[in-house]
Amino acid sequence: MSLKRRDFLGIAALSSATLVTGKATASEAPAHNPDALGVLVDTAVCSGCRKCEWACNRTHELTDRPMSTFEDKTVFELHRRPDRDAFTVVNQFIAPENPEKPYAIKVQCMHCLRPACVSACIVGALEKTPEGPVIYDAWKCIGCRYCIVACPFQIPAYEYDEALAPEVKKCSFCYERVVKEGKLPACTEICPNEALTFGRRDELIDIAHSRIKNHPGMYYDHVYGEHEVGGTSWLYLTPTDFKNTELPDVGTEVGPDITEPIQHGVFKAFVPPLALYGLLGLAMHQFKGEKDKAEETE
Amino acid sequence: MSGHEIAIPMRAKFFTTGTKVLLLIALAGIATYVYRFFVGLGAVTNLDNQYPWGLWISIDVASGVALAAGGFTTAAIADIFHKDKYHVITRPALLTALLGYTFVVIGLLADLGRWYNVWHPMLPNMWQGNSALFEVGMCVMVYLTVLYIEFVPIVVERFKGRVNLPGALAGLNKLIEGLLNLADKTLVRFTSLFIIAGVVLSCLHQSSLGTLMIIAPTKVHALWGTTISPLLFLMSAIAVGFPMVIFESILASRSFKLKPEVNVLSSLARYTPFLLGAYLAFKIGDITIREIWPLVFTFDKYSTMWLIEMIFGVIVPMIILAIPKYRKKVAGLFTAASLVIAGVALNRIDAYLVAYKPLYVDHAYFPSIFEITVTAGLIATLVLVYRAIVMIFPIISVPVDEAEKIKNGTHEKINFARWK
Repeated sequence: MSLKRRDFLGIAALSSATLVTGKATASEAPAHNPDALGVLVDTAVCSGCRKCEWACNRTHELTDRPMSTFEDKTVFELHRRPDRDAFTVVNQFIAPENPEKPYAIKVQCMHCLRPACVSACIVGALEKTPEGPVIYDAWKCIGCRYCIVACPFQIPAYEYDEALAPEVKKCSFCYERVVKEGKLPACTEICPNEALTFGRRDELIDIAHSRIKNHPGMYYDHVYGEHEVGGTSWLYLTPTDFKNTELPDVGTEVGPDITEPIQHGVFKAFVPPLALYGLLGLAMHQFKGEKDKAEETE
Repeated sequence: MSGHEIAIPMRAKFFTTGTKVLLLIALAGIATYVYRFFVGLGAVTNLDNQYPWGLWISIDVASGVALAAGGFTTAAIADIFHKDKYHVITRPALLTALLGYTFVVIGLLADLGRWYNVWHPMLPNMWQGNSALFEVGMCVMVYLTVLYIEFVPIVVERFKGRVNLPGALAGLNKLIEGLLNLADKTLVRFTSLFIIAGVVLSCLHQSSLGTLMIIAPTKVHALWGTTISPLLFLMSAIAVGFPMVIFESILASRSFKLKPEVNVLSSLARYTPFLLGAYLAFKIGDITIREIWPLVFTFDKYSTMWLIEMIFGVIVPMIILAIPKYRKKVAGLFTAASLVIAGVALNRIDAYLVAYKPLYVDHAYFPSIFEITVTAGLIATLVLVYRAIVMIFPIISVPVDEAEKIKNGTHEKINFARWK
């Protein structure tokens, strides 16, 4: 009797497992989409005008601040981070090769190709779209903030002062504008000196490498984001070693490549948990038998 | 062995000086807890975009789950491997696990920005098999249900045939009696199936709690950020299970003036040096293979915490419990058990908080007074509820010849000072 029930439990678990793993394989590293989009940030060209901040702010209706507040250059001393009311910020850095001339660098979500936030999210509220943007669905979100823990670039911000329905806030790569309306991201559209180039990521990588080749001495020979954490949709060219900027040295290791194999290994078609169940069931039966025998001989 | 012991509800005055202090802490915690839902996380916690997880996740949730491991380890040894002498502690262990997990969920709700969506992981269209947190969430939900089912036989034993609600509620007597009878005929018969399920579920999510942080390898200090973190979490959870049962059993004996179960507890404690030793071996092996011994001896914040964890949480209690002379004394058992518990709790705090290194930091995280009040309040409430339940239900076992006297309150009150 109990064995039959165990089988039933097993079948129930197995059928739900197929559903879980079916979903899991679907959300694994998406097949490389050659048309996936990106933006190349050329920090050697960026003038630090902060118009991108203003455009982002206006497009996402973050604050009512007028353009003039974005012309203040004293904020460069603060090394600000993106926040709930500023999805992108421009900071300043000094290249040791040329300490006289400060450079500016725009910071926002990198839209990783293998985003840790998406892999971490308990309910799939974060999604890597085939077009490139990593987008967020507040309706699903439970507010655990594991995405913020997981992000290798420390990007997602949280509405901690919101009591009822706080949201995770970050750059959406202007998903609506870019994917639905075919426009440029707000920041890229307004950039006056083409420090931001929007296009297919594959092409942007070629452009970046040819800029490095064609302008000797202008760039450090590394396209940041080409291989970092498995590649990012946003790419950076820097006039100096990127370690002199505030781009973090995140390496090429992909966070989800550590955790997902563990998860999928432990749950491979639910065999390991069921095997453990069976083994313990057997032990329970076996040891009980031995005890009964011992009692009989007593 | 077990034939000589019987579980009965404890008899004592609920309010003592100790419980009154606990009640004050509990009330302060509950008030702060309620306040949090009106004002949001920002107003009561020191959490921010640098430190999204703080005291509540590292203690209420991560340590809470680890310290509730007494439930499945005791169930495994007593019910699956049929070491019958440990049956006297399965009920206290089950109650700890049940309350532990209940309070993990209560604590977690305070930390969730959208706590009312906590059930979302159950919806198939939101299943996220890549997420270790999804697995933890699902396992905890199912395991909590299993724990309540495992508790049903105790309710049946206490109230079946004795349901006698007063006044207006008397009309429900028949219905409740019927439900108890039904439970007795169904759930109670298949308890063993649930017990095995509880062990499997525990192994799964105890280990997955160790997977959570290693998704961010560049943000977790190397002393804790290792690929075998899930295994280390599971091994330390298994190791802390028995010490937790020992710790509580001794406290309960002291509180209800009973003779401590030194024989059972010290024979249970025999396993602990081996379990701790295995954990220690894997810790050391991992450090050696990854060639990071220099990090252990830098004596910065990280190495100091790691050394405290290993020396006082693992090595010292291992030695105490390996020596029969100390293992067979209440003081030795209690000291060693407390050290193991503190060590594992510290390990969870280290793994989730101390080892977490945001890339851009302008200040260190320290919990706010509100965060501390809620955590302390939850622990105090748990202890009070535990006390209430062991006074209502047959949880704690006593010798059969003592049982009748305890029921009448005429047993010999054994004071702590007289414990040998």
